[in-house]
Formats: sequence, C-alpha cells, structure tokens
Amino acid sequence: MLTLLLILIPFISAFLLYFFGSRQVRPMAIAFSLVEFATALYALSLLQSGRTELLSMNVPWLSSLGISFHIAMDGISMLMVLLTTALVPLIVYASFNRNYNNYHTLYAMMLLMQSAIIGSFVAMDGFLFYLFWEISLIPIFFIILMWGGAGRQKITFRFFIYTLLGSLFMLLALIYVYLHTPERSFDIQALYAAGRALPLHAQGLVMASFFLAFAIKMPIFPFHTWQPDTYYTAPTPGVMMLSGIMSKMATYGLIRWVLPMVPAGLHEYGYIAVGLSVISVIYASCISIVQKDYKYLIAYASIAHVGLISAGILSANSQSLQGAMMEMLSHGINTIGLFFVYDIIVLRTGTSEMKKLGGIRGIDSKFAFMFFIIILSVVALPFTNGFVGEFLLILGIFKTYPIAGSVAALSIILGVVYMFRSFQTMMLGETNELTLNLRKMERQETITLFIIIILIIGMGVYPKPILEIPESSIQLLLQGIQ
Amino acid sequence: MEQLVKLIPLFPLISFAIIGLLNRKLTKRHTAIFACVGVLISFIDSVLIFYSQSQFYHPVEVVIFDWIVAGDFKTTFSFLADPLSSVFLMVITGVGFLIHVFSVGYMKGDDGFRRFFAYLNLFIFFMLVLVLGNNFLVMFIGWEGVGFCSFMLIGFWFKESKNNDAAKKAFVMNRIGDLGFLIAMCLIFFNLGSLNYTTLFQPGFIASKQIDMQTMTLITCCLFVGAMGKSAQIPLYTWLPDAMAGPTPVSALIHAATMVTAGIYMVARTNIMFSLTPDTMVFVSVIGISTALLGAIIGLFQTDIKKVLAYSTVSQLGLMFLALGLGAYTAAVFHVVTHAFFKALLFLGSGSVIHAMGGEQDIRKMGGLKKAMPLTYATFLIGTIAISGLPPLAGFFSKDQILSEAFAHNKVLFALGLLVSLMTVFYMFRLLYLTFHGSFRGTHEQEHHLHESPANMTVPLIILAICAVFAGFIGFPHALGEYLGIHNLFDAYLRPVLGSSSSHLSVGTELALMSVTTLLIIVVMLYARHLFVVKKQVPAADDAPASAFKKLVYGKFFVDELYDRLFTKPFDRFSGFLQEQVDLRFLNGIVDGVGKLTTKTGQTVRLLQNGNTGMYAIAFVFAILLLFIIFI
Repeated sequence: MLTLLLILIPFISAFLLYFFGSRQVRPMAIAFSLVEFATALYALSLLQSGRTELLSMNVPWLSSLGISFHIAMDGISMLMVLLTTALVPLIVYASFNRNYNNYHTLYAMMLLMQSAIIGSFVAMDGFLFYLFWEISLIPIFFIILMWGGAGRQKITFRFFIYTLLGSLFMLLALIYVYLHTPERSFDIQALYAAGRALPLHAQGLVMASFFLAFAIKMPIFPFHTWQPDTYYTAPTPGVMMLSGIMSKMATYGLIRWVLPMVPAGLHEYGYIAVGLSVISVIYASCISIVQKDYKYLIAYASIAHVGLISAGILSANSQSLQGAMMEMLSHGINTIGLFFVYDIIVLRTGTSEMKKLGGIRGIDSKFAFMFFIIILSVVALPFTNGFVGEFLLILGIFKTYPIAGSVAALSIILGVVYMFRSFQTMMLGETNELTLNLRKMERQETITLFIIIILIIGMGVYPKPILEIPESSIQLLLQGIQ
Repeated sequence: MEQLVKLIPLFPLISFAIIGLLNRKLTKRHTAIFACVGVLISFIDSVLIFYSQSQFYHPVEVVIFDWIVAGDFKTTFSFLADPLSSVFLMVITGVGFLIHVFSVGYMKGDDGFRRFFAYLNLFIFFMLVLVLGNNFLVMFIGWEGVGFCSFMLIGFWFKESKNNDAAKKAFVMNRIGDLGFLIAMCLIFFNLGSLNYTTLFQPGFIASKQIDMQTMTLITCCLFVGAMGKSAQIPLYTWLPDAMAGPTPVSALIHAATMVTAGIYMVARTNIMFSLTPDTMVFVSVIGISTALLGAIIGLFQTDIKKVLAYSTVSQLGLMFLALGLGAYTAAVFHVVTHAFFKALLFLGSGSVIHAMGGEQDIRKMGGLKKAMPLTYATFLIGTIAISGLPPLAGFFSKDQILSEAFAHNKVLFALGLLVSLMTVFYMFRLLYLTFHGSFRGTHEQEHHLHESPANMTVPLIILAICAVFAGFIGFPHALGEYLGIHNLFDAYLRPVLGSSSSHLSVGTELALMSVTTLLIIVVMLYARHLFVVKKQVPAADDAPASAFKKLVYGKFFVDELYDRLFTKPFDRFSGFLQEQVDLRFLNGIVDGVGKLTTKTGQTVRLLQNGNTGMYAIAFVFAILLLFIIFI
C-alpha cells in the first residue's frame, strides 16, 4: 500500500498544483515533494525492520493478458526511490529564484515525472514497468518543448525518435519472453523463469534488445547523440530531472530486468555491452575535453559516468553492483550540483561559453569553493561520494573484466583534465567585463549548494548506511544468477 | 596510546575547520596562532608516539569506523602507528610546524593569508592520514588529499594562468600515477584478499597465498607507478619544477620535505612485496639513478633559485629510489629524514632571499647578499654543506649509506651515484656563491630594500640548520660504528618494519669510500669556488649564444615540449576528431537521416506547439489514470 502511496502522492500533487497552485505554487511544490520524501523514509524504516509485506501490492489487472498491478520494494528499489524523492525537492528548491512562465505547470510536470519514475522503480510486472517507462517521457517532452532553449523542436524530435526506437526494442523483448512463460504472465518471477529457460542465443538477443533500450536512455555510445543537445536546450529543472534521476531508470532497468532474466546470455555476450560502456566512458571523456561550452562539457561528462555505472552493472559482482548503486546516487547529486552551477553563472552572465568567463573565484570565493568540492566528487577524490562509487565500480569491473576495468580506470585521469579545465577557465585567472561585477550567490543558492556539498562529503566519509540499504537484495540477486 | 594516535591528524583538521569557517572573522594573528598550534600539538603527540615505539616494537592499530563495505570487500578507516609511520610523523609535524612559523612572516602581506593557512593545515592532515593509514585505501585518501592541497597551493595566486597551468599539470601527472596505485589495489585485493597492512604483512601471509611471480611483479610495478607520480620520477617528474609557482613555504613543505617523499614511504611500507620481486627492484633502482642523474644535470645550468632546488629535489628523490631498489629501505628513509631538514632549510632560505629581493628569483640578479642577510647566509651555507655530503653534517651520513649500499651491490650504480653527488656539490655551491658572494647585480631599488628577515622567519632557519648539522648521527655508518662502538640508532629503530640492510662492508672499505668521496666533494667545491668567486663568472643571459649541449640542458632537454608533441597535441586532435567527425557528422547524420524519413511524426510535434501544451500533457496523463481505474 505504501508503495502505491509513493506513486500517488506526486501524481495527485501534480494535479493540485496545476489547478490550484497559481499563487502559492513554490511552497506547495516543495511541501508536496517533502511529504513524498518523508513517506519514502518511512518506507525505508519498514524495509529495515523487515515489514516488507506493507510495501508490496499485487492486484490482477488485465488478467486475460496475465498483467497484474504488482508493485513492491526491495533494497535496490528502495535506494532508487530515495534518490528520486530526495532529489526532487532539491530540484524544486534550486529553481526557487528563477522565473519560468507558468511555473505551476512546470512543477506539475516534474511531479508527474516523479510519479512515473517511482512507478518504474517499484514495478514488478514487465508490462507495468514498460507503461511507467513510457509515461515518464511525456512530461519531459513537454518540459523541453515549453521551457527549452533555441532549436528545441528539432532536438526534441531527435530525442523522440531515439526513445521510440528504444522502447520498441524493449517491448519486443518483453513480449518475446512473455510468450515463453508457461501461463502467459508478465509477472517478474514468471519472466525471470522464462528468460532463464531460453536457449543461449535467444538470451543474448533479449539482452541486446533490453540493452539497446537502456543504452539509449542512459545514454551509451553510439546511442547517445540525442543527449548533449537535449541537455543543452532543456531548462535547468528539466535537465536536472533528466540527468539526475531519469537516466537512472535505465541503469536500474539493467539490474532489475536484464541481470536476473538472462544470466547465461549476460555471461556469454555481456562483454560486448561492457565493451560499449567502457568505450563510452573514454569516448565521452575525450569529447568533454574539447568542449567550449560548460553545459556541453558536463553533458558529455555525464555520459562518461553513466557508462562506468553500466559497465559495473554488467560485470555483475557484489563490488560492482554496490558501486553502481552508490554511483547512481552520487551521480544524481553531483550532476544536479553541476547544472545548478551552470544556472547560477548563466543567470548572471548570460553565457556558459567558458572562454568568455574567468576570475570568478576572486569575486565570489565561496561559490568557487563549493563548485570545486562538486568537481572533486566528479573526479572521485577520496572522502567524496564520487570516490566510493567509482572505486567500487572499478574494483568490480576489474574483477570480472580486468582489461575493461583498467581502461575504465583511465576516467580518473581524463575526468581531472576536463573538470579542472572548466574550473580553471571559468573560475581562475583575471576577471573580465562579464565577471567583474558578478552578483554574489544569494541565500537560496548558497543553501542549495551547501546541501549538495554536505551530501557529497557525508556520503563520502561514511557511506556505510547507504551501502547497507541494497546489500542483501544484491546478494540475493547475485545468488539467483549464479 | 590509541587515543594519542587518533588525535594526531585531528588537530590540524580542527585548525583547518576553524580557519576555513571563520575566515574573515579571524584576525591574521589569530589565524597564525590556530594554524601553528594545531600542528605543534600534533608534533608533541608524535614525539610521544615516537618515543613509545623506541622502547620496544609494538605497532598500535586503531580502527575508527567501517569505511567502504561491499560484499566480501571491507575496508576500515583505521590507523597504524609503528616505527616507520612514527618517523614520518615526526618529520611531517616537526618540519611542518617550523614551516608554518616561517610562513607567518613570509605571507604576512598577502591577501590570501587565511586561505593559505587553511590549506596548509589541511595538507598536514592528509599527509598524516597518508602515513598513518593501516590499509592501502586509507593511504589513498591521504595520497589524493595531499594532491588536492598541492593543487590549491601551487595555484595559490590564481590570477596568473601560469600558476594554474602548473597546478593542473601537477594534479594530472599525479593522477597518471594514481591509476597505477588504483590498479595495484585491485590486484592486491583479488589476489591476496585484503588491503590491510597488518593482514598482508604478517609473516608468511603472502607466501601462504601462493601468488605467482608475474602477478606479484605486476602489483609492485603498479605500486611503483603510483610512487613515480607522487615522488616525481622519470617519466612523471616534469610537474615538480613547475610546482615552484606556489609560495616558497609550500615548495619547502610539500614539494621537498613531505608530499614528494610519499612514494618512498609507500615502497618502504610495502617492502615485503618489493623484496619478493627482484625484477621490480631492478626497475626501481634504474629509474631512481636515471632520475637522479637527469635532475642533477639539469640543475647545473638553471638560473632560477627555486628551480635549482626543485631539480635538486628530483635528483635526491632519485637517490632514495636507488636505495629502495637496492633493498636498502632504511637508508632511503634515513635520506628522507635528513633531506627533509636540509632541503626545507634551503627552500626557506631561498624564501628569505626572495622575500628580501622583492620577489626576484633569478640568481643572475643577486650576489653579495651575505652582508645584508648574515643569518640567512649562515643557515643556507649549512644547508649547502649538508646536501653536499661533507662530514659530519646530516647529508654525509645518509648519502654515504646509500653509496656504500650501491658499492656493495653494483659498482656502476655506485659510480653514477657518486657522479650525482658531485654534480650536486657543484650546482649547490654555484647557487650559494652566485646568491650570497660577490657583488650585488640587481637594481638599486632592490639593493636599498635588502634586509634580514624577521625573527619568526630566521628562527625556523636556525632550528632546521641545527637539525641539518646533527641529525646524521642517529644513523652512524655500520662498520665504522661497530668498530667505534656507536650504534646505528635509526637502523635499530626501523629494523622490525624494514629489516636490516643486506650488505655490510668492512671497516677499511667503508673508510676508504668515505675518504675518497669526501676528497672529491672538496675538489668540486673548490672548483665551483674558483669559477664563481675567484673568476666571478655569472651565467649568461637567456639569449646569449651557447653551445648546443648547454642549450639542451638549460632547456631541460625539452621534455615538456616533447610530451606536448607526443601526447597532449595528438590527444587533443584525436578528441577533436571524435567530436567533429564521429559525433556531430557521422552519428548525428544517421539519426537525422532516419528522422527525415519519418517526417510525418514531425507533424505530431508541430501539433503540440499550438495552444496550451500544458493542458495537453495533463489531459494525456489524466486519460491514462482513467484507464488504470477502469481496469483495476
């Protein structure tokens, strides 16, 4: 029941905001999202005290097709729900001082998205997962189309084509496995059993179809070209939702729908997907290095990080999966921080072209310092959350694929090159006309960055409580696929 | 005891937090007090631990909390205080404290005074974590943490892009080494099952794992790559001379006395592994002696006071790695200690000079400073004699130990090592004479301003000079010591961790070696005196014609330019190619091509732009909700 509530709260809030929220929209939006977060924390306490029956729900829905409304949460889902419910209030708060037309609609869209994303994290029915996956796309299309920057039609169109293609493949794979279930059921356990019974090459094909859908969403080279432009044109809250939360649907999907469903296929053909993921890490890092615009730079940096997560998940061992869970959380937090820095700079100077900026550290040293902490986490310095995730990922990838692990580890060098370059170009050096009279950070901006930094350092110094949440579920999952 | 160990890194961290948080609310005076006291308390704490370790061997292990736990991988945030870490603790906090005091005077007029001390304290914290860590991962915290502080302090004056470039270069080059460290950790964990020192290095543990030679060699090589980055060895040394862009106390603390010796600490800490892999040991000593030679040769012609010292540091670190490669771990650590004293002294001395010269660093524009700055001169002279290795100053003992080890192992290495020390004598005395002797070559204005530094700068110099004179006696030469009945205290102290040095020479050989080296050192010293005091030679201006060799050396063998051509530029071109051709043209081309085929879908998008799109979305989702309700 509680799980259903987690889907419904943002859903209902969205309608309330849209129809009644024209005045008090900001306090309402933050209040709704905080209620949702509190509910998620309550769910966590239930999970930790072992009362999981309160978290699951299984109602027959389209019985003739073997589809049921089955939602439940284990540790893995829990962490993803926490990620979503914690970051949405942060994203809402980060946009407090910004002026968007019809922002009640914007917040309504964000909450709708949240509802669908949470749905996809708790869905234990293949069809339901697919449905939530699709629904979550609608609000983001609207967000980009309504509040996006120049060229948004063409870019959204490309985004649309890609997504369509990915969804198609996922649907085909789901139906294919569904047709092999004895009782024609979309229930997760039935699909797992059917998938595992498939012959090797069929498992490989199922894995490939799923991976394609997820690779587009994450994104992974060479299916990533919708991402940089989409991130560039999307408004800040939209891009935060996209990169911070939505990309995790795909990585989560790999853990939930690929690893346990086609373990033999993964074992046999997984190296191809790992290879693509690792290529993605290096490829995106290289391109990030030559970017002139800060927003494009972090867009490509995001591809690099997600590629590492993907490679870690596909390596399927306890270190790599724990690392992936941790890194999903860290990437969500850090990427919101990076895009918020973008927002602060663009609001004041009107540009994110790095060469035009400079010397900001001399004007607002607090801002520069906080930005630098985020960068340290992105480049995985110990005692930041980024390190815990990235170290475990590299360790885990190395365990299954030593060469891929060593290549992926190159990201710790390349990351420094592009992230430090952005810091150096924008924050250091002499000031110019654009940055000379830069307005210092406002209170709301300071608080937002401060929360992010506390999370970065707190999770980096003492990651144990977070690592513990998905631990038993990961062990269970790994036992199932051995 | 455990409490004492826990507290050591805490004090500098607290000072950092106070200075960092209060920032402008603190006066400079209070900032200075917090910064210095934090390190001083740590020093006292270190002395207590050092002393307790000297009584009998009892490593203290302190687990503070579980850090990263994932499946069978478990690391704790834990410390280990044993003789090896105690020695480093003493150096870090002792020399660190003196440099803090010196900095109060040196940075007095700088706007970033508080920021400077905040980072300096943070650096001490991370350095202490590095040497105290009881597993590789905790060492890695310190390892990366000091790199970060080094980055911040090299680029301390961030308005000049030259400094920022140097800072970034240092960090990136260190990260290249860190990649080796990271892979080594992966290999160690998967082959030996733990990253914990007390587990890994208990007698017989590695042997019981029956790990094959190749893997072990790979592990030690990867570890050594990490050491190369941090301790500026070929091919990753070029960042260290550039790092001189930071304030001079930073060069003394980070880039001479402490951080750059982290690589030596790492190899010494893992000596059990290195001793198992003779191939890696050869590699270490070859890299070490090559770096020592290269640094010394480049040092011969440099004209920037700090650059000379920087290349000298590169060269001395090379000698330490030579010792490590020969299995003489104690000798290497001994040289770390003596080097920390005299190199910190020399750097601070140069700081005092730069301070007096109003920022000038070119020794061609100095000269005759000894009249105006007698204390700086006297201490600098002591530092120079100490690094040259004249008895009975500190450098003599440690260098002698390394050279006699080399002599016992391999005569070629010994000859090259001797050559390095003789070049060291030459460039150091050249530096001393050009700076302090002869007549002043700068502007009148500078000459007018020349002054001895205040007491808070000269007192640290004096203390360091005293250490540079006497510290050597703790490591009295073996054979001669036995003959005279003087123990090598340092060796005895570290023996439980590092073992005893493998080779012992006879008293006669040892004495002969000492006399020959000392004699040669005096000859070179006199030659330098002849050139720069009697003949009053001054290095020519940069654009003056010079021999090809001299140009090559003065240009540092153009290694930076070579790296630029070989790595940086091609890499940038490759990245540009990926961006322009692969990403924008090829991949986007395909997608847009597909898009054009399905133009009909485009009309849907156009439809959405009309009217109230928000309403569309809401309606859409609402419809789906209805579907749900109906079907449930």
